[in-house]
Amino acid sequence: MTEKKLTLALMDPPYESANSTTALRIISAALQKGIHVNVFAYEGAVCLPLKDQAPHANPVKGTTVEQEEHPTTRAFISSLLEMGKENPQLTWVNCGLCVDERGAGNVVEGVKRGSPADFLKMAQESTNTLVIPTK
Amino acid sequence: MTNYLFIEAREPFTSRDPEFLERTAIALKQRGHQVTVFLVQNGVLAARKNIRDGYLSRLTGAGVTLLADDFSLSERGIQAGELLPGIQPSGMETLVEALLTENTKAIWH
Repeated sequence: MTEKKLTLALMDPPYESANSTTALRIISAALQKGIHVNVFAYEGAVCLPLKDQAPHANPVKGTTVEQEEHPTTRAFISSLLEMGKENPQLTWVNCGLCVDERGAGNVVEGVKRGSPADFLKMAQESTNTLVIPTK
Repeated sequence: MTNYLFIEAREPFTSRDPEFLERTAIALKQRGHQVTVFLVQNGVLAARKNIRDGYLSRLTGAGVTLLADDFSLSERGIQAGELLPGIQPSGMETLVEALLTENTKAIWH
């Protein structure tokens, strides 16, 4: 194996756990270091790149959508996929069965559909693999 | 010798889950392995020196390397001077380097 590559398996749905933020930070740090990254999104994590996510205002604070600057996971993932377009490369695969169960097929550009067999392949070709399970 | 990298996201005040980490990390260290614990998210709450049961002190005493995510510390208002001796604030790039070190097994807890 000449080039270093990191694989992450994610399982948490968006807006439920700090695990998602940490995972996105790990991916970002690796890409900034020129490391190739594979992501296999399983179970609720397939909703992380959902295109339909929309930022919202905060009526409690009285802020508008623009003032609130609510971050969406799909926007973070789009940015990471842009960073990992070529070299280093970010490959993001959503588990197809998990997508179908959740009706979560409308995802941002660059996200692929796959199966746990892809995760096995990713792990075999990687320097290391980190599984971030739900608690 | 294997490098074991534990990423600890849990705090010890609401459950006894981190006991697993303490027992496992010390046992691995006693068997001659290199062991690092990277505290992240609420895991960093145990890194403060004013807490009653400092299980992390027992880890440093056993020779385990302890790192604490600087972003998680900052989110929780914990300053570097409030940390137990032997715990180093670190960034995600340090975690990535550790993950890519040869012969490393990474365990998220």
